[in-house]
Amino acid sequence: MRRRRLFDVAIAGATAVALTFLLLPLVAIFLRVPLGELVSQLGSGVAVDALVVTLETNAIAQALILLVGTPTAYFIATRRFRGRALAITLVELPLVLPPAVAGLALLAAFGRLGLLGSTFDVLGVTVSTGTKTAVILAVAYVASPFYIRGAIASFESLDQPLLDASRTLGAGPARTFGRIALPLAAKGLGAAAALSFARGIGEFGATIMFAGSLQGVTQTLSLAIYAQFDLDFDVALSLGALLVVVCAAILFTVKLLPAWTRSSSTSVYPFAPSGSS
Amino acid sequence: MDALELDFGLPLRSFRLELALALGRETFALVGPSGAGKTTVLRVVAGLVKPERGRVSLGDDVLFDSALGIDVAPEDRRVGFVFQDYALFPHMTVEQNVSYGARGRTAELLERFRIAHLARARPGELSGGERQRVGLARALAREPGVLLLDEPLSALDPHTRAALRLELSELLDELDLPVLLVTHDFHDAAVLADRVAALADGKVRQVGTPSDLIAAPADAFVASFTGANVLAGVARPGAGGLTEVELDGGGVVYSVDEAVGDVEVAVYPWDVSISRELPRDSALNHVRGPITSLVVLGNRARVQVRGLVGEVTAASAERLALREDDVVMASFKAAATRLVEQAQTTAGR
Repeated sequence: MRRRRLFDVAIAGATAVALTFLLLPLVAIFLRVPLGELVSQLGSGVAVDALVVTLETNAIAQALILLVGTPTAYFIATRRFRGRALAITLVELPLVLPPAVAGLALLAAFGRLGLLGSTFDVLGVTVSTGTKTAVILAVAYVASPFYIRGAIASFESLDQPLLDASRTLGAGPARTFGRIALPLAAKGLGAAAALSFARGIGEFGATIMFAGSLQGVTQTLSLAIYAQFDLDFDVALSLGALLVVVCAAILFTVKLLPAWTRSSSTSVYPFAPSGSS
Repeated sequence: MDALELDFGLPLRSFRLELALALGRETFALVGPSGAGKTTVLRVVAGLVKPERGRVSLGDDVLFDSALGIDVAPEDRRVGFVFQDYALFPHMTVEQNVSYGARGRTAELLERFRIAHLARARPGELSGGERQRVGLARALAREPGVLLLDEPLSALDPHTRAALRLELSELLDELDLPVLLVTHDFHDAAVLADRVAALADGKVRQVGTPSDLIAAPADAFVASFTGANVLAGVARPGAGGLTEVELDGGGVVYSVDEAVGDVEVAVYPWDVSISRELPRDSALNHVRGPITSLVVLGNRARVQVRGLVGEVTAASAERLALREDDVVMASFKAAATRLVEQAQTTAGR
């Protein structure tokens, strides 16, 4: 009896230590400087520039991720082909790659002296260090796997009979995708997009390696925090506070999305493998 | 005529599905145990599975022909498919579901299937019977040349099932097109279909009317599937022109059928009577033993004696005061037995 109580106290204690450890630094950001000061620092030129660069590059990068990632995920989720497992692994590779390596790799591929650098110049797109395009590529590279992976899972969890039913009702593959697969996977896609967005907003390593940190051009919020760290700690803190709020909001959105899915779902069909009798 | 003709083969996981069928404007049921390849047949007709070889045609339309290299896409086939569990689109209303593939007006269909009042409801709000009607209306809205039904009653609870079986039966009779349905329940097939094919391990064992299959099962699998007791034994000519079968489990059974060698004796439960004493009637076959199970289903009682199931009225079970473990006599006539080939299936019961 006493032993069991001791165990309960021990695990509760560990939980308290863990939660305190994880939360304390975040709280500290807000306690270090008065709230009014935090907000007013956001009006500084560096902060506004960083915010604009971050939003602009992330909006474009996420649009590209959705546009290319959604069909990619649908293809991988619904087709069986040789090398499918390899394709999934390749999608996941940037997830485990150190961001500095990702930046280096992007430089080697798209930099002015890189593999495709000259090709891009011919197309009239300047990619090399110090452009917004470089930031967009860096964000897309590190964030897209979050979206594609989540999207594959959402498309895979669709009931195959629903897609089959659509086909037998005269809808071709494209109409089936648009009217059945996409609406039914929408909530999962939304959650995946939110995670990808969160990763993109916080992107640091690949961007600083590949795009550099030029205020108003390539300096995103994360890069600005790093730059202001030595110059004006209060600005760094207020930018940090902003990112904490944005990321927390995204996380809550992701947590809430599946709950909406459950409560509003009208699907009553148990999982039925396509190969049944 | 708008006949559906199939002749195809394709390898499945543990066996090959080989099928040749032709059906006119009738309801045709493929029956067999789970994993016999029944649903695959429907998927081949709908174009969702591509056979390795063969030909599928509907009237003058060739849907698939391996020799000619024809394989019409599912969306271009005149096929109505009612999926197991109906596969209604959960994010659409009943009306949107029915009109999804509609060629004609859907309002009329909603009326005909008594779902007009549910037009704005979503599938999640419907009962099993309503869902089935929506599934049927949606498939027929496409004005198909053939209707495919995959286990149309399996998603329902037993109470709803009996009522819907009759409702579906009436509806299918009204349709003037070939209907191919699959079910693992012979009783469903017997009520719904004009003709039945028993399928096991990818091969058709027997085709006929439901009563053909009961009256003369082609082999032990069909006999067992239609609900008969099946007892293995060795047959030899006996006295009085009867065949004597020495059962593998001990005992002798007499049959009017002629056979020699390894056979199985099929006898339906309703031909087996149960008594306390040796009955003074014409039954030649008697099995004496304790009742191993006694199940009352409504006005009937199923009594199992040494592996043999007999069906008596619940009233007579009451009158005989039958209890489990009571030693009784199960009797049946030599004329009530059928001698059939031994089953060569792995998918039987």
